[in-house]
Amino acid sequence: MAGLVAGVDVGGTFTDLMILDPASGDVRIAKVPTTLPNQAAGVIAAFETAGADLGDIDLIIHGTTTTTNAVLERALCRTGLITTAGFRDVLELGRRTRPQAYGMTGRFRPVIPRDLRLEVPERMDALGRVVTELNEAALRIAVKRLVDAGCESLVIHFLHAYANPAHELRAARIAAEIWPNPYITMGHALLSESREFERGVTAAVNASVQPLLERYVTRLATELRSRGYKNGLLVMNGNGGMVAADKVAREAVKSVMSGPASGVMAAVAVGRRAGMNNLLTYDMGGTSTDVAMIRDGRAPVSNEIEIEYAMPIHVPMVDVRTVGAGGGSIARVDAGGMLRVGPESAGSYPGPVCYGRGGLFVTISDANLILGRLPASRFGVAAQAARDAMATQIAHPLGLSLERAAEAVIRIANTQMAGAVRMVSISMGADPRDFALFAFGGAGPLHAVALARELAVPRVLLPARPGITNALGCVVADLRHDFVRTLNRPLDTADIAQVHAILAGQNTEGRALIGAEKITLTGIEAEFSADMQFIGQTHLLRIALPHATPTREQLQSLFEAAYHARFKVDLPEVRANLVNLNCSVIGRRPELDLARLIAPLGRLENFSVRETRDVWFGEWLKTPVYWRDQLPLHLSLTGPAVIEQMDTTTLVEPGCTVTSDADGNLIITVPYAHNT
Amino acid sequence: MPTIPEIDPVTLAVVQAGLQQVCDEMDLTFSRAAFSPVIAEANDRSDGIYAAEDGALIAQGSQGLPVFVGIMQFSTRTIIARITSGETAAPEPGDIYIVNDPYLGGTHLMDVRFAMPFWRDGRIFCWLSNTGHWPDIGGAVPGGFSASATSAEQEGLRLPPVKLFKKGVMDREIWDIIRSNIRVSEQRIGDVKAQASALLVGAERLGALLDRYGDVTVQAVIGEMRRLAARQMRAMIALIPPGPFHARAYVDSDGVVNTPLTIALTVERRDDALHFDFTGSSLPCAGPMNSVRATTLSSVYLAMRHIFPDVPISAGAFEPLLVKGIAGTFLDAHYPRPVSGCAAEVSQRIAEAVFAALVQALPDRVTAAPAGTSGNFGLGGFDPEKQQDFVMYQISGGGYGGNAYQDGLSNGCSTIGISKAPPVEIMEQNFPILYRRYALHEGSGGAGRHRGGFGLDYEIELLRGSARASFVMDHGRTGPLGALGGHDGALNRVEVTRDGQVMVPEHLSKAQDIVLQPGDRVRVRTPGGGGYGDPAKRDPDLIAEDLRLGRYSAEQSRILFGKS
Repeated sequence: MAGLVAGVDVGGTFTDLMILDPASGDVRIAKVPTTLPNQAAGVIAAFETAGADLGDIDLIIHGTTTTTNAVLERALCRTGLITTAGFRDVLELGRRTRPQAYGMTGRFRPVIPRDLRLEVPERMDALGRVVTELNEAALRIAVKRLVDAGCESLVIHFLHAYANPAHELRAARIAAEIWPNPYITMGHALLSESREFERGVTAAVNASVQPLLERYVTRLATELRSRGYKNGLLVMNGNGGMVAADKVAREAVKSVMSGPASGVMAAVAVGRRAGMNNLLTYDMGGTSTDVAMIRDGRAPVSNEIEIEYAMPIHVPMVDVRTVGAGGGSIARVDAGGMLRVGPESAGSYPGPVCYGRGGLFVTISDANLILGRLPASRFGVAAQAARDAMATQIAHPLGLSLERAAEAVIRIANTQMAGAVRMVSISMGADPRDFALFAFGGAGPLHAVALARELAVPRVLLPARPGITNALGCVVADLRHDFVRTLNRPLDTADIAQVHAILAGQNTEGRALIGAEKITLTGIEAEFSADMQFIGQTHLLRIALPHATPTREQLQSLFEAAYHARFKVDLPEVRANLVNLNCSVIGRRPELDLARLIAPLGRLENFSVRETRDVWFGEWLKTPVYWRDQLPLHLSLTGPAVIEQMDTTTLVEPGCTVTSDADGNLIITVPYAHNT
Repeated sequence: MPTIPEIDPVTLAVVQAGLQQVCDEMDLTFSRAAFSPVIAEANDRSDGIYAAEDGALIAQGSQGLPVFVGIMQFSTRTIIARITSGETAAPEPGDIYIVNDPYLGGTHLMDVRFAMPFWRDGRIFCWLSNTGHWPDIGGAVPGGFSASATSAEQEGLRLPPVKLFKKGVMDREIWDIIRSNIRVSEQRIGDVKAQASALLVGAERLGALLDRYGDVTVQAVIGEMRRLAARQMRAMIALIPPGPFHARAYVDSDGVVNTPLTIALTVERRDDALHFDFTGSSLPCAGPMNSVRATTLSSVYLAMRHIFPDVPISAGAFEPLLVKGIAGTFLDAHYPRPVSGCAAEVSQRIAEAVFAALVQALPDRVTAAPAGTSGNFGLGGFDPEKQQDFVMYQISGGGYGGNAYQDGLSNGCSTIGISKAPPVEIMEQNFPILYRRYALHEGSGGAGRHRGGFGLDYEIELLRGSARASFVMDHGRTGPLGALGGHDGALNRVEVTRDGQVMVPEHLSKAQDIVLQPGDRVRVRTPGGGGYGDPAKRDPDLIAEDLRLGRYSAEQSRILFGKS
């Protein structure tokens, strides 16, 4: 058996593996604990658990949290910075912000400490004209000081290098002579646009995770090879595309936040096969929930994401919004007597009270248990502890019954998650009634129907394996390269021939990069977009372009239409500005058969109710519980129902109907009513 | 244990979150659609929902500018009162009022408020209002921050509440009057539309919320939210010992007469209310460092919200906060006293006095004083390369105060703001200037067990043409207050180098129309935060780290911490 494709995703708690046989569609999966600090051990364990022979596998696509964790925990490589005289503190001063609007406290740790940030005389002006020549003698001294200080990588970041990179290029050349080193990052190379803090942080993050990522990927590749794997290893990036492992470290910063991206890419692939190209993705885990909007089968990509307070990483990344509501979010009654849920979380350790690991504070998972949505049998004596905690912490202070208190906790959490979905959909001019809710993550399917009702989304799409969706995202990922070129010209004086030349050039470069990979592709596609604004504005609006040769009039009318959709404003008085031209070149892999993610042999014509238990839907209802793997493809169920499977539980409210498609995705139709 | 509310807790929380989301969306729409960087980047704006009968604050966007926390309920209340008395024309559906009069429940003239009645079944259900800081409103100096104005007329165009939109259509005649009185007016139409659009988006979302839950239920929730916020604030106040707690904060000068202004504050808890008595504060001043009543009250509210950030922003939260003793002082100025410094500077000194009083009572919750100045540096002139006039503002932050748990943040934004600083590269693209330095203000953090954060040290050179520099800053005479044995943060320092000669403005932190030629430079070092606790008790490892990173010189470290 050859030609298998494996997707392996390392998450915060679990490492998930999915191996798919493109010929038969057969699937093997495994879920093992993530191993730290060496994630490779968990990856190998996952293959062993799945009983896979690495010699049979054609392609492994890997999503890793190595760089994300390194950044968030500041467990970075020792990195030096050489910058323009007078500006070494830019990375520490940030944009003059504080973490929250209220509360005059905060903490900020710069990516590179002050003693490793050195200055050399040099200066460009805003048009890229030399004000002060690069002082090469000072540069050599600075490089030597950083080597002596034990640095492993180097950032060269000069003011206005986006306008004229000559000094950065010369400095990098000189530095490499003195200190031959694969880890030299120039500020303009990753992001050629103004804003010295954002460009500097992006470069600094890149340099300080490069050695880590390279070592990790090399180690993993070696281990896989020693176990018989003969082919290429691909790594997932934050833009939802993958690159070859031996190239990923060069632009290591692009691998940050690849976890949420792979979930969105899985939604794109599943949705395409299901004929649903407008999806709101909803990934609810233990501590937080990620949401994103997919329109016309395209994942949303942004160049302006801040991954935490004062940590902007301005490379293309799938635009996912996170809210602090997950199964472990803690519920409490505040000093005014108001019920609140999150953002504090019990996490996965000690976790909710019902886990029985010493968690004392009542959480969303505890509420689900109390309402019969999760089986009490799975939690043993801790189930009673969860009831006691709900009674003393929520029910008694509010004068509610146990059920009403638990219901209240869930309703409030749902409201918060719905607010996040609205911010990525309605606020962007989209109507939720045109979408389906794609629910995944361990807790997503439990809340999906209620959330859809709250949002007036008519349908919920539940993939076959909601708990390992990120691994599926790796399996189906395409090759992808994103390009951004800043033009910043008024549209009516922009050189349209130059616009066409830039887009064509980006397309050509992307095709060359993808063509160099030894991966079977069905085709290469390019998507084009422009970032525009009215002259005088600072925010940008992204406009999808139908092709690489838009006319001036087309650009103007596409922008006006998008602006009106977003802000309900027409501004004939003001001219438009063309800021960035973007191109994403995508190497499409052959479409994979996802019909057997749940083994067809297990499906039963005469599937039966596993058990009937009391579940709370405003009243206790005797509710049938089904085992998902047994459900046939020609399914028609009516709620109330609970559908359990290895990696998640789905709650079907009364009045909803459940059908299945040919891939075994469940489609829940939610009656269109704001039924409170 | 709280009593059982009249409305069930789920509906209460869900509708409250819904109202909050309406406001957050208005904030977002306003910023993203605005042209002025003061609004689009600096978020110098706020949106909210106000009661139909008295303008009381129902909900406000969580990302609104903090100083506006209480302001719009005063201006909305004033409009309602004037409609009742017939001074202002009664509203019809589709009308939007514009007002910027500081003395009618406002701040300074640059903060322009829009107020729109929200109609249900032919009656006003509530008001949607917002405020945006316009980059210019006319007056003696570009931008409106005249350091030496002595009356309101010198500060710009003053608008009483008038209908800018009538039945959904903008009144071109009123707009023409406004447009003819402000500088760089071409792009302001975009800001006006953005400000109105935010209210319309809010109306659409609020209508959907009411359709869903019913007007009666939402009205009941609003009443309950107000009671709960009051109860929550009272529960927080119960943590405070009775006091009294005294504090004094000082404004360097009013910009005209070079003597300091004093804010004298005594805070006392009586039962579950907190009394703020400003008796003994300075008299109204000749220059623009007066505050109006609405701004003074709002400054107290925002300081308390910094201390208790979990209490929702609602009129109920303000009920147990009682302010007195401001009549006859510079904290309750009347027409025609100039007021341009009230929102940006005096408000922060009021907040500093509140922090300094309450850090004695709540040492775990309150920090030493933050830098507390907006650091407004305006530069206006002619750029011969672009053949056009320019008006530039550089506002700056500084260090935050140390607190019970950690050192203060460096280069945070002002107490009353949430703005982001513009990048050096963008400033140099737009204006004929070159930054020589943009660095940590070394040695500026006030010494303490937990030291203050560090300020900013920047220097700008004029490249071509000629220009005039003006400054409205503070803390040039006394530093941000240290707490519980901590030292004050470093002073704000302005130095102007003209023709090779270094000069310091007479009023230290305030000056107007200093003429600059190419090659002349302005250097500003912003304040560090106050230190918290005895510096002798600072962890020696932290002292060594600051020294190693060059945040303090060896000499400073020895003097401040007894170690080097």
